[in-house]
Amino acid sequence: MKKNTRQSRLPLYAFVAFGCAMYAIPAEAHLNSTGMGPFYDGLIHFLMSPEDIVPVVALALLAGLRGANHGRRALFTLPVAWLLGGLVGLSAMTAPPHPFIAAAWFLLIGGLLAADAKVSLRLTTALAALLGLYHGYLNGTGMGQFDTAAVALLGLAFAVFVLIALLAALVVRLRAHWARIAVRVAGSWIAASGLLMLGWAVRTR
Amino acid sequence: MRAPRYGYFRQAITLAVILFVCAQSAFAHPQKGEAVGFLTGFRHPISGLDHVLAMVAVGLWGAQLGAPAIWVLPVAFPLVMAFGGMLGLMGVPLPGIEYGIALSAVLLGAAVMFEVRPPLGFAAALVGFFAIFHGHAHGTELPPGQSALLYSIGFVIATGCLHALGIGIGTVHRWVWGQKLLRVAGGLVAIGGAFFFWKAIA
Repeated sequence: MKKNTRQSRLPLYAFVAFGCAMYAIPAEAHLNSTGMGPFYDGLIHFLMSPEDIVPVVALALLAGLRGANHGRRALFTLPVAWLLGGLVGLSAMTAPPHPFIAAAWFLLIGGLLAADAKVSLRLTTALAALLGLYHGYLNGTGMGQFDTAAVALLGLAFAVFVLIALLAALVVRLRAHWARIAVRVAGSWIAASGLLMLGWAVRTR
Repeated sequence: MRAPRYGYFRQAITLAVILFVCAQSAFAHPQKGEAVGFLTGFRHPISGLDHVLAMVAVGLWGAQLGAPAIWVLPVAFPLVMAFGGMLGLMGVPLPGIEYGIALSAVLLGAAVMFEVRPPLGFAAALVGFFAIFHGHAHGTELPPGQSALLYSIGFVIATGCLHALGIGIGTVHRWVWGQKLLRVAGGLVAIGGAFFFWKAIA
């Protein structure tokens, strides 16, 4: 009886969700329109920027695949480096993202992941630090006044922390052979995207 | 204990599907071409039947060969295809692209039809060789004004999905009737490839 009652609610939930979804309005996530404050602006800026998310996802998967130690090291190194890079970027002149470097990050981390490379803890730490410093710097240069931008950077680093924590923890727990291969396939897709981006960068140079 | 969990899972999936289907576009980023980049990239590999045949055949062959080919081939193909796409984007010329694409469907279909079992390295090299032609064709046809990043991600994911489709179909290989069905499917892919080869010559 209990099972039937639960299942019978499905159409109701579906109807309510459908009604809500039909009346959904466009997302207004960006700095000028959210009014949620600089912390959430920074957080959402990261979540809406695939060029930032994909390398972080790749690093989280790589660290998770190598084990809990690597995951923990990346978890604390990457957000801190991101924050530091951003703070440096705040006081720097504008530096547009270089498409070759963005493609290189995709290739490097995606390639290591696809190859299931036995990277050392030091290399994982170095990758996390460099990735965080570079992307943080780029984020920092695009932000406005120092006082609110610093809080936005904090939100951004927080989003990085949460994403890498969730993904690395998920992958560390994976034991099934096919699941670990699926992670490596994701790495090959990221590396392949990097190759295409590299070609695109050459074409539009 | 399992039934309620499954029920919740099904409810969650239903809600997620409805929400995704009905969600409107987000207007959060003003970058040029970003809104359409992913979809254009995703549609590109599935827009030509000759490409689709070859990519599904890669998945079918991988499933037929079993581990580790089942994942080595679908990993090798997108990577080398992206390399070919990069060459195409850079303007590096490659002769006989249409022939290469059509031949890939013929040979990969034939490999599935006859259940050819070469060494893994040879199978990966064969798949990689033809992937360059597919990638190059895509690379030279990329439309301007798109987001390079999202286009590339969509493009690669669509390719991976086609391989996954082939692998999914290939799981019937465990049954005798499934093995026959796969061989028939390989034959159909080879016939399709021959048709495209004839069109390329004519």
